[in-house]
Amino acid sequence: MSEHHTHTEEHGHGEHAALDKKKIWQVFGILLVITVIEFIIALVIIPKGLMSQHVGNFVYIALTLLKAFYIVAYFMHLKYEKLGLQLCLTVTFVFILYFITLMLIEGGYLHLHMSAAV
Amino acid sequence: MDSLSQLDQVKTTAWSGGRSPWSVEYGKIMMWFFLLSDAFTFSSLLVYYGAQRFTKFAWPDPDLVFQSIPGIKDSGAPLVFVGLMTFILIMSSVTMVLAVEAGHRRAKKEVIGWMIATIIGGFMFLGCQALEWSHLHHEGFWWGTIPGIEELKHFFDPSVTNEAAMKVSGQQFANLFFTITGFHGFHVFSGVLINCIILGMTINGTFERRGHYLMIEKVGLYWHFVDLVWVFVFTFFYLV
Repeated sequence: MSEHHTHTEEHGHGEHAALDKKKIWQVFGILLVITVIEFIIALVIIPKGLMSQHVGNFVYIALTLLKAFYIVAYFMHLKYEKLGLQLCLTVTFVFILYFITLMLIEGGYLHLHMSAAV
Repeated sequence: MDSLSQLDQVKTTAWSGGRSPWSVEYGKIMMWFFLLSDAFTFSSLLVYYGAQRFTKFAWPDPDLVFQSIPGIKDSGAPLVFVGLMTFILIMSSVTMVLAVEAGHRRAKKEVIGWMIATIIGGFMFLGCQALEWSHLHHEGFWWGTIPGIEELKHFFDPSVTNEAAMKVSGQQFANLFFTITGFHGFHVFSGVLINCIILGMTINGTFERRGHYLMIEKVGLYWHFVDLVWVFVFTFFYLV
């Protein structure tokens, strides 16, 4: 048990060096800027017809994934963890991608073959 | 050293046993795995929402459904209120990570200050969500309930004329909105409770006696996850 603690404390010191206050506020700034960009797209660019809603949706999703990356990598510290843990926690989402693909194919079929009332 | 005696040597690589190969504390790794499973639950809900929306011929226009600022403006301000909610949650994520940072330095007073800020942020978000829910509820949306067709029409793009399609997708929208934001709100609520508990433990000096503030990190992971889910909910309910 005591051995275990030494390990985690060493780890704690390593983390301390990696993420300081400056970096935290930097990441906050990035998250804020991305959100503001999303707002500009929704309130200015799409209503003015500079971008179609369809293209806008892809941009929203890309920006959302970018935000997710910053939250997970910096706030949740995953960037500073060992590669094994990083892979374990991210590669698993291949199942979600598979699920999304599956449901979109299914949804596309239903969209074409069901009446409007269903 | 000949090759035979090399075989007898004790291996010391990360995966040869006797130590945590990822050098992550047990509780923290379990929190990660819990969050992974929770991410799957949220993904399933959101994927189902996406599939429903993709299937339907019409869907309520988010800019028409969410266009009020409770207590200030009744209509014509899409995204403003939810933008405030998003800002509050990101902000409380920042104060949480600052609490974790202070914990690394074992600065008890700073941890307490940032934890209080995080809890206030959590309560503010919950308050906003309560207003958002009651607004939608007053408009006639609830689980299994939608406004009458004349009111319902106002939430769709004017090009949509099929009333049956409006009723079906309006109901799906209401059910999914309350279920998904409700499930997220429940996470925020439990997050605030857990934050309160560890704030009490910090004030009590429990972590100081323990010699480390790892508990703040574990709860921090959960709190950031709540923020992470909101980023997705925000995109798929309010933007797309």
